[in-house]
Amino acid sequence: MNSGYDVIIGLEVHVELKTQSKLFCSCSASFGAEPNTHTCPVCLGMPGVLPVLNEEAVAYAVKAALALRCTVHPFSKFDRKQYFYPDLPKAYQISQYDQPLAEYGAVPIIVDGHVVKEVTVRRIHMEEDAGKLNHLGIRLGDAKGSLVDLNRAGVPLIEIVSEPDMRSADEARLYLTELRNVLSYLDISDLRMEEGSMRCDANVSLRPHDYVGSLEDLPRVEIKNVNSIRNVQRGIEYEVARQAELLARGERIVKETRGFDDQNGRTYSQRSKEEANDYRYFPEPDLPPLVLTQEAIERVARSLPPAPTVLREELQQAGVTAKEAEIIVGDRALWEYWREATTHYEDKRQVTNWILSDLSRLLNAHGDTWLTPRVTPAALADLLRLIANGTLSGRMAKEVLDRMYESGATAAQTVEAMGVSQITDHGAIQAVVQQVVADNPHVVQDYLNGKEKALGFLVGQVMKQTKGQAKPDMVNAILKGVIADYAKT
Amino acid sequence: MRAYDMTATEISQRVHRKEMSATECVREVADRITALEPLVGAFLHLDVQGALNQARAIDALSDDERQQMPLAGVPVAVKDNMTTMDMPTTAASKILEGFMAPYNATVVNRLKAAGAIIVGKTNMDEFAMGSSTEHSAYQLTHNPWDLSRVPGGSSGGSAAAVAARMVPIALGSDTGGSIRQPASYCGVTGLKPSYGRVSRYGLIAYASSLDQIGPLARSVDDVALLYDIIAGYDPLDATSIRAETARVSEGPVDWKGLRVGVPKEYLSADLGGVVAQRLQDVITQLEAQGASVLEVSLPHTAYAIATYYLIAPAEASSNLSRFDGVRYGYRASGADLLEMYENTRAQGFGPEVKRRILLGTHALSAGYYDAYYLKAQKVRTLIRQDFEQAFALVDVILTPTTPDVAFRFGEKSSDPLQMYLSDVYTVTANLAGIPAISTPAGLADGLPVGIQWLGPVMGEDRLLQVARGFEELWPSSTWPGLGGEA
Repeated sequence: MNSGYDVIIGLEVHVELKTQSKLFCSCSASFGAEPNTHTCPVCLGMPGVLPVLNEEAVAYAVKAALALRCTVHPFSKFDRKQYFYPDLPKAYQISQYDQPLAEYGAVPIIVDGHVVKEVTVRRIHMEEDAGKLNHLGIRLGDAKGSLVDLNRAGVPLIEIVSEPDMRSADEARLYLTELRNVLSYLDISDLRMEEGSMRCDANVSLRPHDYVGSLEDLPRVEIKNVNSIRNVQRGIEYEVARQAELLARGERIVKETRGFDDQNGRTYSQRSKEEANDYRYFPEPDLPPLVLTQEAIERVARSLPPAPTVLREELQQAGVTAKEAEIIVGDRALWEYWREATTHYEDKRQVTNWILSDLSRLLNAHGDTWLTPRVTPAALADLLRLIANGTLSGRMAKEVLDRMYESGATAAQTVEAMGVSQITDHGAIQAVVQQVVADNPHVVQDYLNGKEKALGFLVGQVMKQTKGQAKPDMVNAILKGVIADYAKT
Repeated sequence: MRAYDMTATEISQRVHRKEMSATECVREVADRITALEPLVGAFLHLDVQGALNQARAIDALSDDERQQMPLAGVPVAVKDNMTTMDMPTTAASKILEGFMAPYNATVVNRLKAAGAIIVGKTNMDEFAMGSSTEHSAYQLTHNPWDLSRVPGGSSGGSAAAVAARMVPIALGSDTGGSIRQPASYCGVTGLKPSYGRVSRYGLIAYASSLDQIGPLARSVDDVALLYDIIAGYDPLDATSIRAETARVSEGPVDWKGLRVGVPKEYLSADLGGVVAQRLQDVITQLEAQGASVLEVSLPHTAYAIATYYLIAPAEASSNLSRFDGVRYGYRASGADLLEMYENTRAQGFGPEVKRRILLGTHALSAGYYDAYYLKAQKVRTLIRQDFEQAFALVDVILTPTTPDVAFRFGEKSSDPLQMYLSDVYTVTANLAGIPAISTPAGLADGLPVGIQWLGPVMGEDRLLQVARGFEELWPSSTWPGLGGEA
């Protein structure tokens, strides 16, 4: 896309697993409790305590690895990553270094419903989260002190490391979107970037076209801890522009870690990697190696839900367009809504239309998500049935849906309350039509003289008198018949 | 007979039969501890009142409940690196001065459930790093056989307390010989079980892959009794083994047909004359009983000390990182976070601990890991295989426990390397994960000489049986006279 260099992007994504308890102790792993209430001697790093591996976390991690099409290793081990920081109680993080749980998977990049590329997942490993520091003061520099909250210390994480396969900020966004989408169907994480249950570090470098060395040797900038997919994209865009400018000026790109300021959309230098930590990794002696039988791995594989790719195909076979399928499957709650609605109502095309247009509009207007729709799939199906049996016109149904969304009432209740059921009685419509024709002889004459628009006025009058409840196609037909009779007289 | 002269087995029997109350026992023992402690210095923390309260609680139980307790009323001393909720746990370090753990070590819970009465926490080398207990941040412990000599270490307080008859049994921990060497120097019996036999939960880690808790006592029966209580799977320790601990067999050992291996590599020039001679006497005696004593080879013995002093400090450097002044223990002030860390650790740790942290940090550093830590792990595997091959040929291996008898204060503490080399016969059992027991083999010039028996992994049952047989063959007839009594 740019002349002179390629953009090389690799992403490291941390996902917090929503297990009952932490990775190595029985403390609750849930988010949002009073500081330091979800702690025990083990996650506080007290002397003499020992870690015991949480089997549920292993099962979740294996699920994620298989869903991302990785090879899960029957033998992996834990290692200690060592550094001093107050949010790290033992001064080492139990992680997996040279023998990770899983390797070599793939995440598709999807554009307009089509897979345009696959990004390789190099590895997935398990590790424990650190605690949180709350600095007293506005900026770290003038903080009077820091409060340590260890509720998060020991919460299970998986780290998903991609190969540097992405070539634009947009691809990075699409990778993250699909990664989150795949994981969302597994029930293993909240995946909320704003709460930190999903976190992303982006490695960005520019490779000049005449560069012949390895990717590893390119000066790489790591953008740390960005809090939304949108901001990952913005951070990369800024970083690509910044590095391109440096290259254009003939300056050197420094290998470093940078933060992202979402106020001004810029990255800023945090620390130079040249003074990087030596983490002194070594095998965790307190934990035996993690051994998984092939049978156990296969058991997890069998329990996996269908992948989004499969779901999208299923939808397309049901008459949903590729673009619509991407939207529906891209939001698990929406997909579940669609699936349930289509079990209540057969015409999948009609269901899809209503969900993606009117119901989506209402959700957006009310700031709701598909997790908490105010019209249930069954209620939507009831409404669609009222259209099909002629009780409601499409336009009336939209109004009814609006009311249903406000009140939470069923379609039938709403129709009754609004008194809006469609008039389909021939005689009743004919009586109104005859009255309208009799009251507007000049308009009728205009129509007979070839002024097509005049008919619209007469239809409007009929609808007005019937409070919009007369069935439109019947009104048209009857009106034309009555005018024809009138002309003969 | 006074309570302090009794074995744990005798005490619990008498308490079960109500011939003696737990309270009487504890009172007598407490009186003796109070009288002798100024001479020996075995304890970092004593809780006579707490012990009496525990004893009264035991006495208040029904007969049935007491009968269920194999250590009913038995006073026991616990090394100060095992956590106790009702006493401080310091690992003899300033960095943990006054530290009260909010949890008991699994072994402490097991002792309490068995009716034992923990009278105090014993002195040790700081964080179990040392072979003389001189590296305690708090006090020296004196060898009850000769108060001018060290009791050995790092479980020096536990060994001295048992030898001085302050308690019949005590718990120690052994990373490279820290139960067996002080047992040898103090003339008592000390067992390092197979790695994984006894839960390490609540044991303040020195080197996680080598540490193991074990019993010290004046008789093999008492060692076996205490071992039976503490051994067994613990869900809180992922390295503890899910295996039934075979009840230690009561039957006498059949010397005839017993194959005893003596590793030729252990009979080097380093071996002091007294110990070499005693080992020879023992071999002669065993052969006289009909045992077949065979020379075996453990070819990688020469690398054991180097291997141990890479792996143990490497793990220690990591295990001791948590003492950072942030959450508990000693905290020094500092202008910023880094300075607080530096001052806390500079002031909180003693010189030997710092030495090993530096050694270990270096061994794990980028660029050195492969040459040091990784290589050491490979040699460790070879050492383990040496033993597997040897145990295909023999039932037990007999070695000296230490190159020499107890040394004088200051004799080796000025030369760390000399101190490290004295671990030559004991570190291999930790590296190989096998059980090993040191039993007394009489005195030489008034000082105890110990010999060591090694068995295959999970072979404690047989090992204890052999040790008991040897004890009958070579009984310890006297105990050090302290405070004027014989």
